[in-house]
Amino acid sequence: MNLFVLVWGYLKAKPLNTVLNILLLSLGIGVITTLIVFNNQFQEKMSDNSRGIDLVVGAKGSPLQLVLCSVFHIDFPTGNIRLREAEMLSKNRMVKKAIPMALGDSYQNFRIVGTDTSYTALFDAKLKEGNWWKEDLEVVAGSAAAEALKLSIGDSFASAHGLTEDGHDHEENKYKVTGILQPTYAVADNLLFTNVSSVWKVHDIHEQPDSAKEITSLLIKFRNPIAALQLPRMINSNTNMQAASPAFETARLFSILGIGVDVLLGIASTIIIVSALSIFIALYNSLKERRYDMAIMRSMGAGRTRLFTTVIMEGTALTLIGSIIGILLGHLLILGFTTLVEEGARTGISAMVFYTSEIILIVGSLALGIICSMIPAVQAYRTDIHKVLSGN
Amino acid sequence: MIDVTSLTYTYPTGKTIQFPNFAVERGEHCLLLGESGCGKTTLLHLLGGLLRTNTGSIKVGGQELRELSEAGLDGFRGEHIGFIFQKNHLISALTVEQNLLLAPYLSKKEGSRVADVLNALNLPGIQKKKITTLSQGQAQRVAIARALMNKPDVILADEPTSALDDRNCDAVIELLMNVAKENQTTLVIATHDSRLKSKVKRQIDLR
Repeated sequence: MNLFVLVWGYLKAKPLNTVLNILLLSLGIGVITTLIVFNNQFQEKMSDNSRGIDLVVGAKGSPLQLVLCSVFHIDFPTGNIRLREAEMLSKNRMVKKAIPMALGDSYQNFRIVGTDTSYTALFDAKLKEGNWWKEDLEVVAGSAAAEALKLSIGDSFASAHGLTEDGHDHEENKYKVTGILQPTYAVADNLLFTNVSSVWKVHDIHEQPDSAKEITSLLIKFRNPIAALQLPRMINSNTNMQAASPAFETARLFSILGIGVDVLLGIASTIIIVSALSIFIALYNSLKERRYDMAIMRSMGAGRTRLFTTVIMEGTALTLIGSIIGILLGHLLILGFTTLVEEGARTGISAMVFYTSEIILIVGSLALGIICSMIPAVQAYRTDIHKVLSGN
Repeated sequence: MIDVTSLTYTYPTGKTIQFPNFAVERGEHCLLLGESGCGKTTLLHLLGGLLRTNTGSIKVGGQELRELSEAGLDGFRGEHIGFIFQKNHLISALTVEQNLLLAPYLSKKEGSRVADVLNALNLPGIQKKKITTLSQGQAQRVAIARALMNKPDVILADEPTSALDDRNCDAVIELLMNVAKENQTTLVIATHDSRLKSKVKRQIDLR
């Protein structure tokens, strides 16, 4: 016999109450855990993917769309810019590095990116097998794309026009796989890389004069901090192109998403408050029924503090179990999202990462348990043995 | 073992009861008799230190109870006194065995006499049973078993038989007196149950 047997006995004696309280709390904690894991990793992935890119230059339109398309490969291109203008900008003294991007085609939902190897260098991507693309129509596949499409060296495929599956196929010019990348745990894993002129070739504009050639966007790294001030203004006012900062646009995106996160947090907090109330009511009611138990325990030599701690333990046991189940539930949800949903798998978010804020969740739940059981515990402490036992 | 001199108790309502002086020897069995409301339960609670406000003196095993603090009384009860109540008041969330082990646990003693005590009370093999599955007679005997767990010097029983039919009443009181005799335990039974009057010679009338 010890405190745990006693507390467990009481919890088991009211299985429905116990299960309801644990369920309520674990739901609230589960939602918060999901938000913590998702939000943290989403932000990490975002900053991983935009590392080394100070500015995106593309056709005029929504700057957020331009960044989402060219950096994160989520949205559609805003349009094209002239190669000549892009090349002129690349030679600007404030530009340290400019990476061209030709987007717009895909193969079974995996995007084909016409660029040069300085783009894959941003991700420190290394070849697992084969060679980098050199000639037109040679393709290097990201690890996840290669796995999903079952591509191996020497395979060939026809790309589809557009970024969705229903675009018409470019049958006449087939791509050939020459290399496969090691995992980068970034967006590069889901891309198919080729050179810019391959994209032109597929679209039959290769033979046209240079003045007609276009690309989708230009990723720019600044040479010095002054460029951050001058270059965007220069591009936006003097050219037909627009400049968008990934850092600024992702911050803007988070502030938009933040509203949704706040709403979910609010709902989760409400559930937790309700569960706390429910635990308090359950303890309060069961303590009324247990007045005799308390008095009997006193008659057997239990001190007041012993009864006090027993009740506190009962409350904290509930919240501890609830919070641990909730955290597991949250991770399980992410695991389901990343393994069962294709889009989830492509985010590269892992369910097996734990954050220190989850420890704070557990500690907070314990504190909540103590608060909920405080009043019932004080009642237990004050039990008037004689009154209860003599039935008055 | 028990020594009561010039004891009075004043209820919160203002009513005062004057108890007779009496003493009970070690191992002696005695009945506290009287109609309901005459202060039997109050006296029993005073003897067991469940109730403190009194004038006069109560000595149990030579210890003046009023000199003990609240926590000291808790410890003293766990060490020296076993209670049996009218309704058995077992803790229904626990099994028979867990109920019995609660006694040594709450009084911070070692205890593994469960099987012995149950055998002595003719209750073999019910350790794992739930309290709610016991009959009234069984439950009352388990309550007695619990009171015996710590080998107390004194057992205070409050109407232990009034909820039982004649057959169970006989069995329970016989067992209680036998185990008390074996352990040299002082037994004080507060009752208005006339069936017990023939069983116990020493009787203290509270009228």
